[in-house]
Amino acid sequence: MSAILDDHAADGHVAHDDHQHGYGGMMRWITTTNHKDIGTMYLWFSFAMFMVGGTMALVIRAELFSPGLQIVNPDFFNQMTTMHGLIMVFGAIMPAFVGFANWLIPMQIGAPDMAFARMNNWSFWLLPFAGSLLIMSFFVPGGAPGVGWTMYAPLTVQMGMGMDLTIFAIHLLGMSSIMGSINIVTTILNMRAPGMTLMRMPLFCWTWLITAYLLIASMPVLAGAVTMTLTDRHFGTSFFNAAGGGDPVLYQHIFWFFGHPEVYIIILPAFGVVSQILPAFSRKPLFGYASMVYATSSIAILSFIVWAHHMYTVGMPISGQLFFMYATTLIAVPTACKIFNWLATMWRGSLSFETPMLFALGFLFLFTMGGFSGLVLSLAAVDIQLHDTYYVVAHFHYVMVAGALFTAFGGIYFWLPKWTGKMYDETLGKWHFWLTMIFFNITFFVQHFSGLAGMPRRIPDYPLIFETWNKISSIGAFGFGLSQLLFLYIIVKALSSGEKAADKQWEGADSLEWTHLPSPAPYHSFVTPPVIK
Amino acid sequence: MQQFSARQFGRWALAAGILALLAAGSAHALEWNLQPAATKIADDVHSLHEYVMVLIIVIFVGVFGVMFYSVFAHRKSQGHKAANFHENTTVEIIWTVIPLLILVVIAWPATRAVIAQKDTANSDMTIKVTGYQWKWGYDYIKGEGEGISFVSQLSTPRDQIEGTAQKGVNYLLEVDNEVVVPVGKKVRILTTAADVIHSWGVPAFAAKQDAIPGFIRDMHFKAEKTGTYRGQCVELCGKEHGFMPIVVRVVSAADYTKWVDGEKKKLAALADDPAKIHTLDELKARGEKVYAANCVACHQATGKGMPPAFPSLDGSKIVGGPKADQIALVLGGKAGTAMAAFGKQLNDTEIAAVISYTRNSWGNKTGEAIQPAEVKSLRK
Repeated sequence: MSAILDDHAADGHVAHDDHQHGYGGMMRWITTTNHKDIGTMYLWFSFAMFMVGGTMALVIRAELFSPGLQIVNPDFFNQMTTMHGLIMVFGAIMPAFVGFANWLIPMQIGAPDMAFARMNNWSFWLLPFAGSLLIMSFFVPGGAPGVGWTMYAPLTVQMGMGMDLTIFAIHLLGMSSIMGSINIVTTILNMRAPGMTLMRMPLFCWTWLITAYLLIASMPVLAGAVTMTLTDRHFGTSFFNAAGGGDPVLYQHIFWFFGHPEVYIIILPAFGVVSQILPAFSRKPLFGYASMVYATSSIAILSFIVWAHHMYTVGMPISGQLFFMYATTLIAVPTACKIFNWLATMWRGSLSFETPMLFALGFLFLFTMGGFSGLVLSLAAVDIQLHDTYYVVAHFHYVMVAGALFTAFGGIYFWLPKWTGKMYDETLGKWHFWLTMIFFNITFFVQHFSGLAGMPRRIPDYPLIFETWNKISSIGAFGFGLSQLLFLYIIVKALSSGEKAADKQWEGADSLEWTHLPSPAPYHSFVTPPVIK
Repeated sequence: MQQFSARQFGRWALAAGILALLAAGSAHALEWNLQPAATKIADDVHSLHEYVMVLIIVIFVGVFGVMFYSVFAHRKSQGHKAANFHENTTVEIIWTVIPLLILVVIAWPATRAVIAQKDTANSDMTIKVTGYQWKWGYDYIKGEGEGISFVSQLSTPRDQIEGTAQKGVNYLLEVDNEVVVPVGKKVRILTTAADVIHSWGVPAFAAKQDAIPGFIRDMHFKAEKTGTYRGQCVELCGKEHGFMPIVVRVVSAADYTKWVDGEKKKLAALADDPAKIHTLDELKARGEKVYAANCVACHQATGKGMPPAFPSLDGSKIVGGPKADQIALVLGGKAGTAMAAFGKQLNDTEIAAVISYTRNSWGNKTGEAIQPAEVKSLRK
C-alpha cells in the first residue's frame, strides 16, 4: 500500500503539543489518557512479565537439565509450568501487542488519540492487578495452581486458593482485553483521517482490527470456562463433574473454542508488524496488500472451527476427527499465501539488514518451521502419537516465541527511534538478534526429537533416553534467557544516551508516523487530521 | 566491520552449540525419531509422518531457497535497485492453489490412518484401564484372562529419583505389575479414570487415549512382535504425573495362557479373609507396605505430608480421633482433594492394616488394632 499524502496536513511541530499537561511524577502515569503514555506502560509491563515468566522457564529447564529430582519438587514444578504459560500468554505477549496498537494505530490512521481515552487508561491499569493476583497465588496456602496453563477440569477442583486467584486474574485480563479491543475497533472504524480508506491502512492496523474482533468473540468464552470452574470448586455445581451430570471434556471444548482463536490473537498483530518491517527494509511496497487482508480474515474465521484439533485424544468420533483435521490443514493455505507474499515483497527489492529486518527474517524462517510442525500435528493419526509430547512444546514455541517475541523485538527496534527520538546501538542490536536466534534453536529444535521419541510434556523428571536433548535444551534456554538482559541494556542505553534519530529514520518506511511526524512523535499528534489523497 | 563481528560471534556460538551437543551426546544413544513401530497402525503413522516430512523438506528447500537467494542477491549493499511491483493476481492464485493441492495429496493417507486407528470392532479381548492419582488399574474384562485384575505402579526406587542411587536402564519406565497381552491379537482398551483426567498410551503402538473420570472411551492395538513396550501418562494429572508409567509385555499365545493361569492362582492365594483377626504387629507390618504403595507420595514417609494440600497425619485430629471417621475417610476419599476413595482400590484387610499403621506410627500412639471386619461393616 502506498497512500499519497498531503504535506500541508503535517502538524507535529506545534509547540504546545510536545508535552503533557497535568500531573507530574507517578500521578502522571496513573491518570494519563494519552495513547503514547499508555502504550509505553503496556510495553514495560509486558517486559517485566516476560522477565518473570522467563525466570520460571529457567527453573523448569534447570530441573530438566538432568534426570532425577534436583532443584524443585514435582508440585512446584507444575506450578512453574502453569504460571510460565499463563504469564507469557496473558502477561507478556498480549500486552506487548496492545502496547504497539496504542502507540501506532492513532499515528498510522492520522487520529489524535484512541477513541475512548479514559477506558484506555483503565484497560491498562487492570493489568498490574491481574499480574499481582497471579504472582500472589504462590504465597497463599497450597501455592499457585499446578494444572497447566490450559487449566483442565477436574484437576482444577483439587487446587488450593491459588486457583481462585488465577481465575480472578483471568477475569481481569479478559475485561482489559475486551475494553482494549472495543477501543481499537472504534478507533479504526471512526477516527481515520480523511482519505484513509480501510484498504489504504497500513497492514498493522488491519491485523489489529481483525484481532480485536477475535478478542471480543473469544475472551467471554474463556471467562465462562473459568467461572464454571470457580462454581464447580465452591458452589457445588457439576459443569465438569460426571458424577453430577457434567463432563470434564466440555471444559476442553470451551477452553479451546477460546484457545485456538487466542493463538491467532497472538500471531496476527505480529503478522502486521512484519508486514511493516519487510517492505521498509526491502524498499519496495508490500506485495499483495489486498490478498494479505483477505488471508488474515480467512485465518480469523477458520480459527473458530478448528478448536478440537487440540483434543484428538479425548476420543472423538471418526467424523469429528476428520472434520477438524481437514479444517485445520486448510489454515495452511492462507498462511502459506502470507509467507509467499512476504517473500515476493523481498524479491528484487533493495535489502538492507538492520536489526528490525533481522528479527523479521528470523520470524519468517522460524514461523515457517513452526508451520511445518503444525502441518505434521494437524494429521489426526500422527497427532495422537505426538499429543502432549515435547514435539508439541517445540511446535508452539516455534510459532509463539518466533511469531510473537521475535516480531515484538523487531517492532521495538523499528519504532524506538520514532517513539523516543533516540537510536539504539545497531551493533548491540545485531548481537541481540544472533544470540536470540541461535539460543532459541538450541533450546527448541531438539525438543522435536525428544517429542518424536515420546517424551511427555509437563513432567519434572524423565527416562534416561531423553537426557541428551534435555541437556542441550537447558543450555540453550539459559543462553536465550541471558541474551534478553542485553535487550534491556540496549533499550536503557538508547533511552539515556542514544543518538538523535531522524524523522524518517528508515529510508523505506512510508506510513504516516514516518512521513508526517517528527521523531520523537509529539505528545499529541494529528490534532488536525492529515488529508490523504 | 561492526556487523561482521556480530556475524563472527554467531558462527562461534553455533560451533559451541554443536560441541555441547556432541559432548552431551556421548552419554547415551540419541533417540531422535519415532520409536520403532510394533503395530500395523504405528507403521502407518510412521509412513504418513515420513511422507509428510519429505513434502516438508521439498517445500523447505523451495521457500527458503527463494528467501536466501533474495537475501543474497537483492542486497542494497550490492547495489541492487528495488523493483516496484506489488501485485500479480495470476501468481497469487497459483500459490493459493498449490498448497491446496498439496493438502489434497496428504488428505488421502491421513484419512485412511484415522479410520484404521478408530476401528475397535472385532477385538479378541478387552482390558479396562483405570487411571488413578498416580497409578493404573487394569481389569481384563473379556477374552482369555477374564477376571484378572491388578494395580500397576512405578517400581523405580525413590532413591534413584532423588539421586542417591545409580539410575537403572528403565528408570521411570518400570512397574510392579506389567500388562501382559498375547501377540497378534486385537486388544480393545477401555479407558476411564477415578479422579482426574489421565492419558494411557504406548508410543510403539501409536495408541493413546485419554482416561476421563465418569466416561469410558475405547481404542485398540494389535502388537505384531513380542517384547516389552513402555509408555507414560501423557495428561497432566497432578503432582506425580511424571511417575505413572505404562508397561505392556507382549508374549506368545502359549506364554500368555501360562501367565493367565499363574495370575489366577496368585489371585486365589492372595485373597484375604476379611473375618480373620490380626495382631497389631501383623497389621502394622502389612500397613507399612500398603502405606508405602498408596499414601507416601502425598503424606510422606514421615507422616508430615506437605500441608496444606497434603495434610500431616502425624498428630492429625482424624488419625487420633474416632476410628470410624478415619475408616470412612479412607474408604470414601475426600471430594475436591487428591485424597482418593481407596474403598475401590484396596480390600478390607489392606485398609484395616494401613489405618492401624497410621494410628500407631510417628507421634501417633493410639495402640488400637483395626480389624478387617470393622472396615467391612463400614462399607456402604
